[in-house]
Amino acid sequence: MAPLLDAIDVTKSFGGLDAVNHFNFQINEGAIDSIIGPNGAGKTTFFNCVTGFYVPTEGKVYFDGHEVQGMSTDRITRFGISRTYQNIRLFSQMTAIENILVGEQPRLKTYWVEALVRNRRYKEEEEQALQEAQRLLEFVGLKGMGDQVAHNLPYGAQRRLELARALAADPKMLLLDEPTAGMNPNESSDMMHFIRRLRDEVGITILLIEHDMKVVMGISEQITVMDFGLKIAEGTPAEIQGNTNVIEAYLGKGAAAGLKLATGGSSN
Amino acid sequence: MQNANEIPETTSRIALKYGLIGGLIAVYVSVLGMVEAFSLRPLVGDFLTLGYVLLVAGPIGAGILTARALRDRTSRRNGELASLGAGAVSSSLLLVLLAVIVLLVIRPDEAGAEVTLQVMFVNLTSGLAEILTFGLGNLLGALMLVLFCTIMGGAGGAAVLIRDPLRAGLVTGVILTLMVGIFSETVSQVLQQVSGRVIINLVFVQKSLRPIPAVLVFALGFSLAYFRVPRRTRTRFQKLPQTRQQRTKQGLYIAGLLLLIMIPWLTGLFLSQALFLIGLYIIMGLGLNIVVGYAGLLDLGYVAFFAFGAYAMGILTTTTELGITNLTFWTALPICVAAGVLWGLVLGFPVLRLRGDYLAIVTLGFGEIVRILALSDWLAPIQGGPQGVLHIPNPVIFGITLNTPQTMYYVVLLGVILAAFVTIRLRDARLGRQWMSMREDEDVSEAMGINLVSTKLLAFAIGAGFSALAGAILAARQSTIFPHSFNLIISLNVLAGIIVGGLGSIPGVIVGMLILVGLPELLREFTEYRFLMYGILLIVVMLLRPEGLLPEATRKRELHSDEPGMTPADAAPMEPAGAGGQD
Repeated sequence: MAPLLDAIDVTKSFGGLDAVNHFNFQINEGAIDSIIGPNGAGKTTFFNCVTGFYVPTEGKVYFDGHEVQGMSTDRITRFGISRTYQNIRLFSQMTAIENILVGEQPRLKTYWVEALVRNRRYKEEEEQALQEAQRLLEFVGLKGMGDQVAHNLPYGAQRRLELARALAADPKMLLLDEPTAGMNPNESSDMMHFIRRLRDEVGITILLIEHDMKVVMGISEQITVMDFGLKIAEGTPAEIQGNTNVIEAYLGKGAAAGLKLATGGSSN
Repeated sequence: MQNANEIPETTSRIALKYGLIGGLIAVYVSVLGMVEAFSLRPLVGDFLTLGYVLLVAGPIGAGILTARALRDRTSRRNGELASLGAGAVSSSLLLVLLAVIVLLVIRPDEAGAEVTLQVMFVNLTSGLAEILTFGLGNLLGALMLVLFCTIMGGAGGAAVLIRDPLRAGLVTGVILTLMVGIFSETVSQVLQQVSGRVIINLVFVQKSLRPIPAVLVFALGFSLAYFRVPRRTRTRFQKLPQTRQQRTKQGLYIAGLLLLIMIPWLTGLFLSQALFLIGLYIIMGLGLNIVVGYAGLLDLGYVAFFAFGAYAMGILTTTTELGITNLTFWTALPICVAAGVLWGLVLGFPVLRLRGDYLAIVTLGFGEIVRILALSDWLAPIQGGPQGVLHIPNPVIFGITLNTPQTMYYVVLLGVILAAFVTIRLRDARLGRQWMSMREDEDVSEAMGINLVSTKLLAFAIGAGFSALAGAILAARQSTIFPHSFNLIISLNVLAGIIVGGLGSIPGVIVGMLILVGLPELLREFTEYRFLMYGILLIVVMLLRPEGLLPEATRKRELHSDEPGMTPADAAPMEPAGAGGQD
């Protein structure tokens, strides 16, 4: 089976700095995989290359059989990639439900002229969109908060609203950029279960960037480790935990040597 | 010991601070000449003039601010004393002014001055001194001034500190009476249309309210607020059964529509012209509201589309040799709007990639280019250049030529209704959400699958269409158009109007334009000072309500169909189910 996302030799340079350096990455349909790495390793830059925020300097990105590098973000989204952001980026002055409705854009078909005359097609579509938004709101556990301005929602609710908005596009693949950042252990573990449910019940392929090792090790099937834009390791959580390169990248060379014996059960 | 001293210390300092500010304001309006000029304009009887109102605005303001600052901190009595003190402090500056006038203007020789100060400050006259001393002579007058300002400071403080139904009643009564006095010309024009001269003579002496009607007006304002009439009506309305509520609402809509239709005949020629102008600005405001308020694209060259619509109407319908067709107003109108839309697309394309300030600068440039082109000889064979387009026919409907402000009002009214309709429909639709999300975060909305190019162009084009509509109506009303009519100030006025009203809010646009376009018209009698008053008003509004007078309300969209009669208050605090914890 061809991978859902296939990034070949992706490079993104800013001036002389290669933020992502000849990076190869595949993810299969239905997987939950993670990309980890120290701050500034190029993880988010890679996300941006995949979603069209950046045009890769070199390399190719195939998604679901389409060559997408260099395309505008909205077209890539229409192929079925949704994402959330490291720093929550909701439409802060719009209500929760409006945020989700915006997320549903790729599915809506009516033209603005139809909105002027309010024909049947328009009314039906709006009705369905609203119902779908309600359903998603409930799905992420925000029922009853739909009419609140996003900006006024508590932090955890904002994270979940961002997820609901990403799901509204009915994506094939979801890119989550640090979904548990700023959450306490309980909330993180809730989020972990939720992500797994998304894959199991809705069938969405999930790619995570995450710092919380407990989450990463607990949920990922495959982990790719980046450092200075390069891929330094790849494998199952168990393989990654024992990988010397990875420990060196996180802790430095000396520390890696000292810790080598203790790595087995440290993270899980 | 120290603590006990500290509280009165800060209290007196606050009173001193606001007293000096209030005094400065009073001195400022005096030196500007406003006090003396407006002492000739009585508001109530012949004793309360606008001049005195302006003079005491400083001390009253000082009292209000002092009382506000102290309200939560010290005992109420302290606050009242302090506001009296603030009034007294503000009078001290006026005393200084008085002394300056007496010594350096009226009797410069005795003070040994070489020239009178009046050479530089033309408004420092003996007339002003007489107003400041109430015509009682310098010594007694100065005492009176101190007393007067002190009382006014206290009154300002009282306006904050008295308990509520009484406070609201007094404040509303005073404000309403002053308003009727200031806008007496407008009020009497309306009265003239409704009832003729007899009533006017009963209510007004020239422009001033007679004392007894003034008391009645005060009583009206007082009782409205004291008995909480608006709120009670609303609660009583909400207690009505659903069907009755709906019927009442429909009745109100019909009454409102009837009022809108009757207004020009109730208000007369002059006010109808003002209403016509306000209507044009509302159409433009609604258009710019789409571009700036919804889509978040700051467009300062909006007047270009207005000009385009006006010239399109001119060229299509004029009877001079510039006219290229002999269309009537009604057939030319859709063409003008379409031309505006097209022009919006043309101007939209090059600026698609620009954001924020850069967009503002470039559109500003476009606006100026259009005006200069309109002035140039180069285009003169097409649109008349500096000579403009003349002899544009008025609209004709059923054989009636709409050539008065009163009849043209209806054309504008139709335009406003059309613009509001389009705005509301689009706002609630997918396109409206696309615009708003683009305003909030352009990158993310693109990542939501929104095509920025078409969404932005649609905002520009629809906004431009509204503006062209307004321009076309203006051309047909005035019969002549000149390039000078389309300068930057129109763009700025429209923008200021929608910001004052509340960006993104349709009622806000209407209120904003009523204030920004309507007030200068109503204040015409105050000629040289009206833009000063208007500017001060703008600053005050923006300081007190930066989000605008009627900001956009968030719409309730989450259905609660499964829980009938559920109020938002019940719905809000609900424990999230399913995944994720909550902070």
